Amino acid sequence: MEQILQYSLSGIATGAIYALIGIGFSIIYNATGIINFAQGEFVMLGGILTFFFLDILQFPLWGAIILAVTGATLCGLLFERLAIRPLAKATPINLVIVTIGGSILIRGLAMLIWGKDTHSVPSFSGDNPIAIGSATLLPQHLWIMGITLAVICLNKYFFYHTINGKAMRACAYNPRAAGLVGIDVKRMVLLSFVISSAMGSLAGIIIAPLTMTAYDVGVMLGLKGFCAAIIGGMSTGMSVVVGGLLLGVLESLGAGLISSGYKDAIAFIILLLILFIRPQGLFGKAETERV
Amino acid sequence: MLRLKNVNTFYGKVHALKNVSLHLEKGEIVTLIGANGAGKTTILNTISGVTPAAAGEILFERELVQALSPDRIVRTGIAQVPEGRQVFKPLSVEDNLELGAYLRYRQREAKSRIQQDKQEVFSLFPRLEERRKQSAGTLSGGEQQMLAIGRAMMTRPKLMLLDEPSMGLAPLVVQEIFRVIDNLRKQHGTTILLVEQNAKAALNLADRGYVLETGKVILEGLSSNLLENKDVQRAYLGREKKELWER
Repeated sequence: MEQILQYSLSGIATGAIYALIGIGFSIIYNATGIINFAQGEFVMLGGILTFFFLDILQFPLWGAIILAVTGATLCGLLFERLAIRPLAKATPINLVIVTIGGSILIRGLAMLIWGKDTHSVPSFSGDNPIAIGSATLLPQHLWIMGITLAVICLNKYFFYHTINGKAMRACAYNPRAAGLVGIDVKRMVLLSFVISSAMGSLAGIIIAPLTMTAYDVGVMLGLKGFCAAIIGGMSTGMSVVVGGLLLGVLESLGAGLISSGYKDAIAFIILLLILFIRPQGLFGKAETERV
Repeated sequence: MLRLKNVNTFYGKVHALKNVSLHLEKGEIVTLIGANGAGKTTILNTISGVTPAAAGEILFERELVQALSPDRIVRTGIAQVPEGRQVFKPLSVEDNLELGAYLRYRQREAKSRIQQDKQEVFSLFPRLEERRKQSAGTLSGGEQQMLAIGRAMMTRPKLMLLDEPSMGLAPLVVQEIFRVIDNLRKQHGTTILLVEQNAKAALNLADRGYVLETGKVILEGLSSNLLENKDVQRAYLGREKKELWER
């Protein structure tokens, strides 16, 4: 019983990371109809750039974090400009393949620049465990939960209370009608890449102190985020967050109670089950509309 | 104000508009009539940049606009109310209207003026105000049409393109919509290009009309003349040949 609490708490923390990455997938999917498989690489860039600015260029932690998010976001922006926009007339499936290519390229470049070693990033505020009942949490877990909550609130505010956020939702629903009221659809696509690479890199930064970082951490984190997005039905709202948390907790319970060897397998079994049984997502309802 | 010269548009290999030329003067209401597939909607979509012209010239206030993207064309002062309304169904009524003012927000226009215009749309269509917080998808067809017109009004257009605003609506609602279109010109001096299946109602409202057939303009003239034209009466106004002979 004690163990279950412990597994759940750390599961919630990793789940929060999956949620952040998953929302990034959903934002791009809603704006463009494509799954951006390079999303995981922005997560990796977040962690590895923090290491780079902190350890190699000797910036203070907060400065390194801000620079890392900026750097990864810039990469996201360049990726859209150089790889996605020039192919605006391509079919979604072609673009998805382009994102896979982009992910391999970014990973390869990261390997050339930072090598194949695993790098560590220090926790934001020490490593003294905090006791919660019979379980313990690291301060970093609290940072993860707090930052995720803040980002989700900001996201909600952006999409529901700012004109650009509303324009992105309008664009996702009907790009043609959005163009007819003066919304620059291409700009909205660019914005979606900017937001999701920023969110992905932030996820990579806050988890790096727990899991360390290397050029190839983006693959697995990206797939887990994708999994969260699928569970949440590719929405940009709470259902992806719940999807991420669910995934994190189940994974952590499975790893703890069954065997840690099955940790990743659990995520993909859930992914397959959702795709077979409820492809619209766990909370999605079949489309109905009034005409 | 708006001038199309020998405009040609293709849908893939289909030659949808063949050398179409037409013009609108400031403050006019002009209607396009014709059967399904005659190219009425294509003309509007070509003007608004959704299906760009392959050849020919489109001049709006003496500027060439045919190579611009739809959002750029909105910026020049042309707003389209698309066929089938195409409101943003997941968004609230109010958000739909605010998105109509998207460019004005981007150009940092005073929020009070945008709010004022929103109030004007609400006073024109009180039912939209009652439902301002509801998502647009829950509105009836007539209300969605009102919202689509309101959304286009929020761009403060000089020229409004209306595509079949009466489609699928009850006669009373159609009357209300037509009254609003007439008011748009009276109160704001908006120039209007109207595409309609209901040719009689459209010609009664409009100053002039163009008759289209298979992508070509086959007839043009004052509405009153078109209403009297025997071919138009037979083909589009539903008068029987017999009825015409007996007059």
